[in-house]
Amino acid sequence: MNGKPGKSGPAESRRAGSRMRLTGLVRKEFIQILRDPSSIAIAFLMPVVLLFLFGYGVSLDAEHVPVGIVVANPDQDTSRFIGSFRQSRYFELVLLSTMPEAVEAMESGTIDAIIHLRQDFSKKLKTSGDAPMQVIVNGVDANTARILSGYIEGAWIRWLGHEAMAEGATLKIPVQMEHRVWFNSELRSRNYLVPGLIAIIMTLIGALLTAMVMAREWERGTMEALMVTPVARREIILGKLIPYFALGIGGMALSVLLAVFLFNVPLRGSVIVLFAASSLFLLTALGMGLLISILAKNQFVAGQAAIIVTFLPAFILSGFIFDINSMPAPIQVITHLIAARYFVAILQTIFLAGNVWSVIAWNALALVVMSTVFLGISRRKFRKRLE
Amino acid sequence: MADLQLQGICKAGSGDAIITLLNVSKSFVTGKRTIQALDNLSARVQGCMITGLVGPDGSGKTTLMRLIAGLLEPDKGTVTALGRDATAESLLVQASIGYMPQRFGLYEDLSVSENLNLYADLQGVPGDARQDRFQELMHMTGLGPFVSRLAGRLSGGMKQKLGLACTLVRSPQLLLLDEPTVGVDPVSRRELWSIVSRLVREEGMSVLLSTSYLDEAENCTEVIMMFEGQILGQDRPAKFSSTMEGRTFTVSVPDMKGRILQKKLLLREDVTDAIVQGDRVRLVMRTQGNPDASALVPGAPDITLRPVQPRFEDAFISVLRQQRSARITDREADMKPGPSPGGNGGNVIEVKNLKRRFGDFYAVKGVTFSVERGEVFGLLGPNGAGKSTTFRILCGLLPPTEGMLSVAGHDLRRAPSAARAHIGYMSQKFSLYGNLSVRENLRFFISVYGFTGNAGQKKIQWALDQFELGDYAESTSNDLSLGHKQRLAMACSLMHEPDILFLDEHTSGVDPLARREFWHRINALAEQGVTVLVTTHFMEEADYCDRLAIMTAGEVLALGTPAEIKSGVRSAEIPEPTMEDAFISLIQTSARGERSS
Repeated sequence: MNGKPGKSGPAESRRAGSRMRLTGLVRKEFIQILRDPSSIAIAFLMPVVLLFLFGYGVSLDAEHVPVGIVVANPDQDTSRFIGSFRQSRYFELVLLSTMPEAVEAMESGTIDAIIHLRQDFSKKLKTSGDAPMQVIVNGVDANTARILSGYIEGAWIRWLGHEAMAEGATLKIPVQMEHRVWFNSELRSRNYLVPGLIAIIMTLIGALLTAMVMAREWERGTMEALMVTPVARREIILGKLIPYFALGIGGMALSVLLAVFLFNVPLRGSVIVLFAASSLFLLTALGMGLLISILAKNQFVAGQAAIIVTFLPAFILSGFIFDINSMPAPIQVITHLIAARYFVAILQTIFLAGNVWSVIAWNALALVVMSTVFLGISRRKFRKRLE
Repeated sequence: MADLQLQGICKAGSGDAIITLLNVSKSFVTGKRTIQALDNLSARVQGCMITGLVGPDGSGKTTLMRLIAGLLEPDKGTVTALGRDATAESLLVQASIGYMPQRFGLYEDLSVSENLNLYADLQGVPGDARQDRFQELMHMTGLGPFVSRLAGRLSGGMKQKLGLACTLVRSPQLLLLDEPTVGVDPVSRRELWSIVSRLVREEGMSVLLSTSYLDEAENCTEVIMMFEGQILGQDRPAKFSSTMEGRTFTVSVPDMKGRILQKKLLLREDVTDAIVQGDRVRLVMRTQGNPDASALVPGAPDITLRPVQPRFEDAFISVLRQQRSARITDREADMKPGPSPGGNGGNVIEVKNLKRRFGDFYAVKGVTFSVERGEVFGLLGPNGAGKSTTFRILCGLLPPTEGMLSVAGHDLRRAPSAARAHIGYMSQKFSLYGNLSVRENLRFFISVYGFTGNAGQKKIQWALDQFELGDYAESTSNDLSLGHKQRLAMACSLMHEPDILFLDEHTSGVDPLARREFWHRINALAEQGVTVLVTTHFMEEADYCDRLAIMTAGEVLALGTPAEIKSGVRSAEIPEPTMEDAFISLIQTSARGERSS
């Protein structure tokens, strides 16, 4: 049998051969994805699990926090004050009779804060701007502590305002700040966690999954068999990029749909910009995954490396959970090397603020640079040789 | 085996060189060691025939194959394949060769036809030509009924045939096969060989095939003998054997065990090789001419000596012996560091109706046998026959699903640790600590068995002397050669003086000389009353055992001495069956029985 195609222009037949090889590789990859439950799990199950976890389970908002309240001298003022606190969804009031009792409750962890209304609460309230009460917050969990003291202060000022109106402005109200929260007016952590999560999910599919499947080819000896066929390096790389790009976009689409329709996260920017930015980030992640697998050639090492080099930094250093501006300066410098950082910024902007080009353009540019670098190095490092 | 007369399109030996190697060197660095895989090697391989690359593991066969396929670059020298430089023009070379690596890259989660289609895409086989070619290949390999089965669900032999089919989707000019028959059962092995010889005969293909099975050399048109990165010789296999003419015999002495006779023969200066074949010994003399039979073994006047046909292996061993003067000495006499258990007779291992299930798959289904004290008992069978599972159950590493077994008088279900103290186990894989030195490994293993201080020191010294590891005592185990690693592993499994020694495929990947050395040690142990159980897929090693069980698919097909098993399959067509003949005929009978029932 003669496998050589007819002589209708060598360039044309070469292109036809290349197309045939590439479709063969892509088809093979898709069959493998469909038959391998672990790929499906990483691409579709993992996003759902993570979204549910962060959407429902993890919340950085302080709600229903148990707060102990000690009233030294109960009267009408204190009972009105307590009444207003009870209405707040942030607190779960626990009435305690003495301070030592409250301290004990704090130590045993049953309450997270103590509000102590002193003996002269009513008197000070009416005479001076002095604080008639003492607030003690459990600072072990610094984040909750900060939020809590803010809430208590807010609730206090609000109560004072009400009192002033009722009493006909006889109360002296300390200087008040007028808060207005933009973009996420309800201050729901879900609203910024869920968009950020899409970056994590795409890192998983793009870097971890790709690194593993490529390393699997080395490990099982299939790469050696591929290499002696007329297939070109470019075709092997594209044969991996195309299917996992599709898988990553699929995972992203699923995440966006869940975010918008299940978790009611607003999507204020355009879907097209979201798609374009995601494609850029996915290319970067795929580039990292390819590079890792080319260097590791072993599924276990590739998996470990992908988690340590791509997934964990995306989780911790991307600004997804922890604000980059509050990190120490050297760490802030390091975050510039984390591709997910740029994507998280884009995502949070598109979802919560809309198409703010000044943010999107710079971050997208950074992603263009990073994807070019990673894919370029992969292409260069990937040899049709065994060493 | 198959008739390899070449005719038609191609005439062997008349063609130009299809592969030329000129002063090729290649080395690899692993850890602190540099391995010279190929050492200034030159050769010419002619087209239109099967050229065998024959040599033990680690002799550089795979490296050579990869150089020709353009997958590696030589450190020095040039490799030319099909008239092109394999390094500089690797893409062009790769476009006209077929290469089947040792572990062929089948996608196990793709079906047979999906694998074929992928390789057809990669090789640029147009769609209309495809169906005919596939049909031809499926017919040739007998895979027709399995086209929609996942490659991962095929047996080892079928996988190998599918691998071959995938490299053949576009008839290549040159076919490189790297150890295509490794880990394949004898039946599939014969089928693979007949496919390859048909390709040469009918399609005029040139084949370069590497193998570590020396008996396969005889199927090649020409053989390149490789050892430690060098070529020891290149010629037709018959030429190699003919140099051994008049030097090969079989010897037997009534009432003398084959291995005792073998040991006596090997102590002679004029003997190149002696291997046990059941109750006889195959003898290779250093020089031509009939030796004086009565004087061959002192005290055995009723010896019978018959001349036999020389084989390729005889020539190989003879050449190797000239390279390395590894003489068998009396050293093995003291194989046990302590007093021997003494006295033969009595069953030390008893197994009745042993079963082991994994999920809904029975790896071992109803195995019954017993082993006497001081016996060398073999479990023989292809991969997946259940040998290793049986072994692990006997060692107490795996509980049986059903059945009765006792090892050294202990019921393993009740007292596994008591039984284990009597057991030495050497697993298929090198199970030592690679970053500890030889001495540290020995010290660790002896301390595990509770020997410390003086007693422990003595045993370590014994192990270093006995296994000739003294020179390597302080080397890191990872840097040892495979043969030395195996020695160390055996030393570790013997130091606590086990009554029973389990060796799981301990000789795979070891060169023929090292393999012989191992068997001498095993024989010496057996003589001292240690019971030895071995598993192997080398057919000839079955002949070294006192008794053996042939297993396939979890069942024992035959049980007995090598002579009994062979005589069971004797027929008019095969008057002198080899162990491989016996094995194939047993498997075929069992397959027929399965089909008719």
